[in-house]
Amino acid sequence: MSSLTSRFLRKLAREEAFYFFTSIGNYTGEIAASLEEFVKKIGEVNTRSLEFHLYRRDFEEWLSKTLGDERLAEEIKNMRRLRLTGDTLRSKLYGIVSKRYDELKRGFQP
Amino acid sequence: MKIKNNAITLDDLDWEILRALQDNSRQTYTEIGHRLNVAHSTVYDRVKKMEKHGIVKKYTAIIDPEKIGMRYITAIITIFTDPKESKNIARKLSESKEVFEVFTSLSEELLIIAKVVAEDHDKLHSFIAQSVAPLLGVLRIRTSIITRKHKEEGFLIGSPLE
Repeated sequence: MSSLTSRFLRKLAREEAFYFFTSIGNYTGEIAASLEEFVKKIGEVNTRSLEFHLYRRDFEEWLSKTLGDERLAEEIKNMRRLRLTGDTLRSKLYGIVSKRYDELKRGFQP
Repeated sequence: MKIKNNAITLDDLDWEILRALQDNSRQTYTEIGHRLNVAHSTVYDRVKKMEKHGIVKKYTAIIDPEKIGMRYITAIITIFTDPKESKNIARKLSESKEVFEVFTSLSEELLIIAKVVAEDHDKLHSFIAQSVAPLLGVLRIRTSIITRKHKEEGFLIGSPLE
């Protein structure tokens, strides 16, 4: 596994984790401190939370600036332009993130 | 003012001085003395004793931020906490400059309620997401943004609680 792959799959400190909100200041109690946890939470959290963060660009920012995975951040940015909501959004987002996670786990060069 | 077994008892004159200070804390001791028909030195002694014992906590100015062009939003945040971490969360919130008041409440769950002020919605969210949600023991947070203030007073002498 390359050092870049290890970096994208690493476990983050609590203060670097992604915190899921449903609106301004309304924290759900769900957090993701790694890409693996992020995939899992996308499948579980309220779709309002996914809509809130996607259209504030929070996912892109966290993936790019904290986790460091620019490619995944770019894919989500492109997805944002589709203006999806609800379960369609969850399904598409889950597909993109889980595919990337599986690639990295299989040792694909990022 | 009498102190017995660490319990403070105020007499009528102490209460009258407190009322006068709450009405206008910029009055001189002489003015208060005239109003209450006692010497200014008596007022001075009483006030100093009440300051020393923390009955009068501070004198402050109440500023209307809108009049000086400051735009801000106020929110009440309710934080559901792990009881083991509650004190620590309350302490950390109290240290934040964005937080003006912090309370603990026990309903069905242990809650911390805080009054937070921020320049705008984005800054409010950033503060909660980056400085409150990551605190150990925070289970979830509900935020209510205040849209209109109908009354705001501290404890006033002569209120129904007296």
